[in-house]
Amino acid sequence: MAYAQYCLICDGTACNSSQSERIYEQIMKYVYDHDLEKTCQVVKTGCFGFCEQGPIVKVLPDEAFYVQVKPEDAADIVREHLLKGRPVSRLIYREKDADSLGAVDKISFYRKQVRVVLRNCGFIDPESIEEYIAREGYQGLEKALFDMTRDEVLAEVEKSGLRGRGGGGFPTGRKWRFSKEVEADQKYVVCNADEGDPGAYMDRSILEGDPHSIIEAMAICGYTVGADRGYVYVRAEYPLAIRRLEKALEQAREYGLLGANILGSDFSFDIEIRLGAGAFVCGEETALLMSIEGERGMPVQRPPYPAVKGLWGKPTVINNVETLGNIPVIITRGGDWFAGLGTETSKGTKVFALTGNVNNSGLIEVPMGITLRDIVFNIGGGIPDGKAFKAVQSGGPSGGMIPAEHLDTPIDYESLAALGSIMGSGGLIVMDEDDSMVDVAKFYLGFTVEESCGKCVPCRVGGRQIEKLLEKFADGEGTPEDLDKMEAIGKTMISGSLCGLGKTAPNPVLSSIKYFRHEYEAAFKKDVAETA
Amino acid sequence: MAKMTLEELRKLREKAQRSIRSRESAEDDIHLTIGMGTSGIAAGAKDTLAALMAEIEKHAELSVSVRQTGGLGLEHAEPTIEVRVPGMPVIIYGKVTPDVARQIVQKHLINKELVDEHIYDRPASDLIGPDANK
Repeated sequence: MAYAQYCLICDGTACNSSQSERIYEQIMKYVYDHDLEKTCQVVKTGCFGFCEQGPIVKVLPDEAFYVQVKPEDAADIVREHLLKGRPVSRLIYREKDADSLGAVDKISFYRKQVRVVLRNCGFIDPESIEEYIAREGYQGLEKALFDMTRDEVLAEVEKSGLRGRGGGGFPTGRKWRFSKEVEADQKYVVCNADEGDPGAYMDRSILEGDPHSIIEAMAICGYTVGADRGYVYVRAEYPLAIRRLEKALEQAREYGLLGANILGSDFSFDIEIRLGAGAFVCGEETALLMSIEGERGMPVQRPPYPAVKGLWGKPTVINNVETLGNIPVIITRGGDWFAGLGTETSKGTKVFALTGNVNNSGLIEVPMGITLRDIVFNIGGGIPDGKAFKAVQSGGPSGGMIPAEHLDTPIDYESLAALGSIMGSGGLIVMDEDDSMVDVAKFYLGFTVEESCGKCVPCRVGGRQIEKLLEKFADGEGTPEDLDKMEAIGKTMISGSLCGLGKTAPNPVLSSIKYFRHEYEAAFKKDVAETA
Repeated sequence: MAKMTLEELRKLREKAQRSIRSRESAEDDIHLTIGMGTSGIAAGAKDTLAALMAEIEKHAELSVSVRQTGGLGLEHAEPTIEVRVPGMPVIIYGKVTPDVARQIVQKHLINKELVDEHIYDRPASDLIGPDANK
């Protein structure tokens, strides 16, 4: 027979260290005292991802969410709630500042995450177009084509304040406007799915979990700017993403959501997949376009920007997967709804791949403006084995290390840049007290040196030289002059490199010198260390 | 499916919404959804799925539909399975090894009790479904 109630006690690492075991015992004791064991099942669970407010107890089917529960609260939970059906209000979690999330405060409830881009990931069968359609799928396209002019669609995207999620943070609406305003016989829409940062898998998960959202967004963009062809540039290392996207494209064509005269309108649009061979630099938009054209992927000088002169010299909007994932929702709910999320300069949410030395790794989507502390210690559940937090590395090999004293910084494009890091595509790698910052810097710089296309001198030569100096530190052979040299070369790379790869490659080195200079100094050559 | 007009798309959406809702309220059948993104598969979701199917097959009395989805965002707890049994709350299980999958069939689907130590929570509320605040 089925139980009428379920009492779930979080037994994740954090709750366990604050007596969840004892709470479990106490609740069990009272459940037996009141003969409830046949109608109420008491179970231990995995982490609920709200560790700061732990220990957590949840009662189903009422969805009562109790926080900061103590063993002595067990009596009330059992006698009041389980026995009499009256939730214990003093233990129920309430949002301190209910308006902090604006339009979606009710959605947030106790969870720190807001899933806009990932709205369908983990809900729908990605291989079923009908499940996508059931969840407001292609409703944005429908609205754009039949109820809105191209200018109105553009106005909504501009109003939303959406900025590029691939790293640069350029306003998406402005990019679309550049392209729309150019007169041309042919225009293109390109989706950049060349995700290459070590540890980052946002775009892969979106393509695997909700491929139709990208197709819909590209069609909306095509309608707005006047393009009838699109390309998805995706790396060949993502076979499952490619397979699901191919299937989704086939279905969309079959259902008349791609191809000639979409849904009977006079708008026609189709999409092709182009596979990349996995060169990191091909995530840079001009190199990506070269690669689609069949050339070797190398960046070229901008301007002219691709929005004006891109693929085969034609106006081309290039948006990253995650950026596009926001578009259908912006159209169905309006730019104002979207702009109600996030901070003054950075609207909406950001998807991060949270990895490294953190208990709950995973793909998370949070409103802009959330603090790193919330991400690492609430959603991430803190550092394993009771070790101390040292730094979080944001933005992959192009980002910087952010130390503990900046954990309370609200995250947006500007604040991360001010800390010497970048939003980047959204990798967040957590490091604990045992990680050597010199080693980490060396790992990332080694990656960008390897991936540099070699076209411009600051990147090609500068990267190699810093790498050599870093090796000296790794061997305990560094000198104060080496430290100065690394900083000087790094600054030259930032100001002199042609593309984003070279401009950001020194970030891990410079930020680690800035915040963890003592670790470099500890790696000075012995006689130097003694005299210094 | 022939190419749709606007009208047909709207009709299809209504129909698809109804079918997804009947699953969400788990009116009749048992619905299982297994996370099959790259990371889920790397964590062993294919073995879990095989074990699950084999165990379900032993119980002809159960009417179960199994489907796949992408990643839920609980990568530290993969493979994951969402279980919807009529009359019971929707439960997401994590770290579902083939052995845990068999326990889920035996305990949750047949005995209607939850499996200890493997329950997780959806990381965010649904933006779109019938319960969402719009």
